[in-house]
Amino acid sequence: MNKRQFLKGLILFFPAGGLTGVLASPVRGKETSGADKGTEASGAKTTQPQSTGAYDPERHNYGMGIEIDKCIGCSRCVEACKAENNVPQEPFFFRTWIERYVITKDREVTVESINVKSRGTRELAQDDREILRSFFVPKLCNQCAHPPCVQVCPVGATFSTKDGVVLVDANRCIGCRYCVQACPYAARYLHPETKTADKCTFCYHRVVKGLLPACVEVCPTQARVFGDLKSKASRLVRLMRMNKIHVLKPSLNTDPKVYYAQLDGEVR
Amino acid sequence: MNPERIQDLFDLLGQVTGYIYPNEIEIHWSILVVVYPYVTGLVAGAFILASLVKVFKVKEVEPTYRLALLTALAFLLVAPLPLLLHLSQPMRSFEIFLTPNLTSAMAMFGFVYAWYLMAVLLLELWFEYRRDLVVLGKESTFPMSWIYRALSLFSTDVSDRAVAFDLKAIRMITIIGIPSAFLLHGYVGFIFGSVKANPWWSSVLMPIVFLMSAIVSGIALVVFLYMVLTSIRNQPIDMRCLDTIVSYLFYAVIVDFSLEALDFIHRLYQSEESVKILGTLITNKLFMSLFVLQILLGMIIPLGILVVARSRTFNDDMRKLLYFTSVILIQVGIFSTRWNVVIGGQLFSKSFRGLMAYKMEVMGIEGLLAALALLILPFVILTVFIRLLPTERMEDHVARTA
Repeated sequence: MNKRQFLKGLILFFPAGGLTGVLASPVRGKETSGADKGTEASGAKTTQPQSTGAYDPERHNYGMGIEIDKCIGCSRCVEACKAENNVPQEPFFFRTWIERYVITKDREVTVESINVKSRGTRELAQDDREILRSFFVPKLCNQCAHPPCVQVCPVGATFSTKDGVVLVDANRCIGCRYCVQACPYAARYLHPETKTADKCTFCYHRVVKGLLPACVEVCPTQARVFGDLKSKASRLVRLMRMNKIHVLKPSLNTDPKVYYAQLDGEVR
Repeated sequence: MNPERIQDLFDLLGQVTGYIYPNEIEIHWSILVVVYPYVTGLVAGAFILASLVKVFKVKEVEPTYRLALLTALAFLLVAPLPLLLHLSQPMRSFEIFLTPNLTSAMAMFGFVYAWYLMAVLLLELWFEYRRDLVVLGKESTFPMSWIYRALSLFSTDVSDRAVAFDLKAIRMITIIGIPSAFLLHGYVGFIFGSVKANPWWSSVLMPIVFLMSAIVSGIALVVFLYMVLTSIRNQPIDMRCLDTIVSYLFYAVIVDFSLEALDFIHRLYQSEESVKILGTLITNKLFMSLFVLQILLGMIIPLGILVVARSRTFNDDMRKLLYFTSVILIQVGIFSTRWNVVIGGQLFSKSFRGLMAYKMEVMGIEGLLAALALLILPFVILTVFIRLLPTERMEDHVARTA
């Protein structure tokens, strides 16, 4: 091959390569749709959104799994959430919090939020021999598929995204707080600085970049599992396959997308 | 963030009993949201009383017809203010009109309100007053003459045909107005009744209970105003009118009482998951406002008074005294009803494991003084209306004084 032939070949090679790439791209998109957002398995900081196109919310439906037995009540998730999302530090404003349940042998149930040091906290510790069961329950917005908060918002400031996350547009919220009343899980609060409703977003700003929510990222025991319900390969779907799953207040027909494994019936 | 508010929340934390979700410590719907359904209830009730005259031809009630309409308007003008002051972003309130979310009961507020104000109340008042306004415009001196002419929208026709048309229009508007008044207040009940997350509110009876209590409070208010107005003007009270209105009031109270009792018994008998915490709520936090103020003072005692007043033959003065006492007690009772619904519904945790506390501000924008100001304001507006517009038809007045 002389120099001339080489240059000719080069001129043809690049456009042809580009063309092949364009033709192949939808197929490639399909193949990676499940795992692309880096929200799976080892996930976390690895995969970037596809280089070819923008993030496509229709290809995802996010949820969270919580393994009660793995939660050690360290509250790192709560701290990470407050730092990541500018949640006020005072113990009246939470996007996520941890509840501690103590059930005694005579079926007496004591609940406390370990992030709120109220009167009586820690004083309630019973005689160990009387305790039947004790466990922690991380709580957060359930990102309901059928959310009452979205239904009642008078101006449409709170809405469901196509990828299954309920968000609040702080530039539109009028602060009527009907959504706070309508949420059966008390997952919403009025942010004292913006004076608008605020709640867990599954760290949407991170998730669309292929990162994990802050609470999931820092959980030392992997009690929180974030994932895509549309991907069979996701850790969340695996968790739901391997465990008996329950959601909170199912009778209210809100279709929560926070799934609890090993949940006790006492938890509301 | 306001450090005083934070300190208040810490104080409230000390008053929590049992377990509440951490975000629940702040009571979001304050006294102003109590004032709102109370005021709209008065509007709806006063209008229903007025429509007795025009649609159901209850002639005895005629002397209060105009007063009832003006009362409804004065309170309707104030009705959106507590909501506006309550918003934490009041400058964005117009968004309810611009981008309403059609699945939201609250988003319908703007439309229901605008419909009721524009299509019902203002229109009916205009037709009712048109003839008098034309006459007053001619008789008064500048600048009042111009005000009256502007209010009559510069119409001049006072022929019999025109007046007959006015009456026909009023009747039509009232027929549309009754369902509209039901809508106005029934929808306020729906805002609460449709919140499935809150078992204290979530009840299909809520709109109906709101409506009946609205009728009770509205009628009681007009009776109160009629008695006060005649005594200020040194005029005799039309006892036939008063007796008739009070008998309507009596039946309305009985229906209201029965509905609330039904709601109570139903909850108790169904005994759902929430029944324990609601039981603690009413015996603990709401004992005073529910059992003492709402049921005893606001319902049983006035009902007893009305039964006595109707069954015995008292002289006019004694009857006036009894009626006057009962309508004031009824107002206290209905205000407590609103309080128990709005505040009561926020005093127990949705975990059904604990109770919160509400500390009313005194000064602040959502405080007691603001609420009192909003309750006084309609009376100020009403005074202006009454100064401006005669509360009885001018020809009737002329005939009576002659």
